[in-house]
Amino acid sequence: MKKLISVFLLSIVAPLTAVASGSGYHLDDMKPNVSNKASLQRGAQTFVNYCMGCHEMQYSRYERVADDLEIPHELMVENLIFNDSKIGQLMTNAMTVDAAKRWFGAAPPDLTLVARVRGEDWLYTYLRTFYENSTRPLGVNNEVFPNVGMPHVLMELQGLQKKGCAQVAVDIDVLTGQDITEERCDVLYLAEEGSQSPAEYEETVYDLVNFLVYTAEPMQQERVRIGIIVMLFLVVLFICAYLLNREYWKDIH
Amino acid sequence: MSDKKGLMAWVDDRLPVTEAYEKHMSKYYAPKNFNVWYVFGVLSMLVLVNQLLTGIWLTMSFTPSQAGAFASVEYIMRDVEWGWLLRYMHSTGASAFFIVVYLHMFRGIIYGSYQKPRELIWIFGMCIYLALCAEAFMGYVLPWGQMSYWGAQVIISLFGAIPYVGEDLTTWIRGDYLISEITLNRFFALHVIALPLVIVALVVMHLLALHEVGSNNPDGVDIKKNLDENGVPKDGIPFHPFYTVHDLVGIVVFLFVFCGIIFFMPEMGGYFLEHANFEEANPLKTPEHIAPVWYFTPFYAVLRAVPDKLLGVIAMGAAIAILFVLPWLDRSPVRSIRYKGMLSKIAIALFVVSFVVLGVCGALPAYAQPPWLAPVMTVVYFAFFILMPWYTKAEKTKPVPERVTG
Repeated sequence: MKKLISVFLLSIVAPLTAVASGSGYHLDDMKPNVSNKASLQRGAQTFVNYCMGCHEMQYSRYERVADDLEIPHELMVENLIFNDSKIGQLMTNAMTVDAAKRWFGAAPPDLTLVARVRGEDWLYTYLRTFYENSTRPLGVNNEVFPNVGMPHVLMELQGLQKKGCAQVAVDIDVLTGQDITEERCDVLYLAEEGSQSPAEYEETVYDLVNFLVYTAEPMQQERVRIGIIVMLFLVVLFICAYLLNREYWKDIH
Repeated sequence: MSDKKGLMAWVDDRLPVTEAYEKHMSKYYAPKNFNVWYVFGVLSMLVLVNQLLTGIWLTMSFTPSQAGAFASVEYIMRDVEWGWLLRYMHSTGASAFFIVVYLHMFRGIIYGSYQKPRELIWIFGMCIYLALCAEAFMGYVLPWGQMSYWGAQVIISLFGAIPYVGEDLTTWIRGDYLISEITLNRFFALHVIALPLVIVALVVMHLLALHEVGSNNPDGVDIKKNLDENGVPKDGIPFHPFYTVHDLVGIVVFLFVFCGIIFFMPEMGGYFLEHANFEEANPLKTPEHIAPVWYFTPFYAVLRAVPDKLLGVIAMGAAIAILFVLPWLDRSPVRSIRYKGMLSKIAIALFVVSFVVLGVCGALPAYAQPPWLAPVMTVVYFAFFILMPWYTKAEKTKPVPERVTG
């Protein structure tokens, strides 16, 4: 009976693999860290500069972002609010759904909660796997989201990747410490360099995804902080309840 | 009637407060040999109160409209003071409710708590379960996410399988030709007013029926057969204070798990809050994989296990309906699994396996499981009930002791 109960409990807690790439492309692991304020600030900067022209964050307020990311209100208004929004307003843009549909075929989705819908690994991989494809209307395709309607907005940072044959690192030589490479086809390689090095671009994408993870659940740090206090309280309550119970039941046989 | 003086006597002459307190608490004699399985009843009450209270406060900020529902939930999560906590308590509470209710029902099954004279308690309990399913289903539609919308679409369309009236019936339930604001509004009304009233009324009936005949126990022994000189069961102890302090320990242990989920993993890996439901409902975009929330998946698996839609709906309905007649399927002379024979023990073990496996099957897409698994488990599930009159009578039971064994 105990085994069955453990099977029952296990089947409840086994994580659901709902957030997988629809294309089956392998997703890179991304570990968000929402306590890294500098990373979140850089992510916010990238977001308002590159994403917000088309994507909104209609459930998130500028002021909340500023306060949580420790950005002074004046700096936020001067550098991160590009329209005439007040700081207490929601992070919306001027693009109408109808216009967006005409331009891109589909309205760009709101990104407030995208990290909870897609998962951080998906976003992190998606933003790094655009590649040149002349058959697509905007000249690029994506490995994680094939035939996506979005242009490669971060191209000026990353440069342009092509899909084809290239030398890829498969192992590290233990003696020399250098990569052992072999030629593989159907891989992405950088054909035109952008303003950032590949390592810098990964950092930019990391910060951006980190920011999206934050906006999807802005209270997550507070939640964990309070959770620890609640757990400690429950430990004390448990001791009291346990002793009270023992006192009452000591004469019952 | 009352030997008290002062205010309490004045009240007691007009309203039987002391009498009710004694009948249901201080002089309600419960068997002293309750084990851990007996905590899930009180936990169900706790979660019910949690759902009622958090629900009231959520209603204060929720907007039941197609344009505003999804945004208002995010407003609660972000702009309402402690709104996120209320919302997570409510969403986690929904799943917790089903966990404790399933375990509570399982307790009834292993210790024969449904047997004579407790048939009505079992039936009221089943009615609570049905009302709870409806309550949970309608509540899940309210945040107006993709899974709210498409889950409702799938479940309501099941009624369309009924011959002749099916199509009209689905339109009648939705109030529209598709899931729309009209559906959302009526589900809101039913979720916050009608069904909670029904559930609370049924819980009162469940408890009144229980306190009329008294609680069963892990031995299935009738403690009222052995009374002392005062007419008090020798194996009974007053519910208050003994089981109130006892249950308090269980409640704190439950809260460890419950708060652990609320504060450290509120989505529960996509089981309690599904990933797709963080995207607003879009009638033009079907999600890749539509699955009901975990607590409905065993019955959803039964539905899918049957190739024909109408027969599938009938099988799903029967899987729940057959539980209602459980008291009359069990022909065993003993109540508890402790004294039943090997056949019953194997049957209950297989029943648990079938229920859990069906639950997993229902959560996974059809291509991700062996095609024979859910049908076989459906047969095992039904066999547990249909063969029960035979195996409970055929097997050799152990002698039941006169008194509880502790």
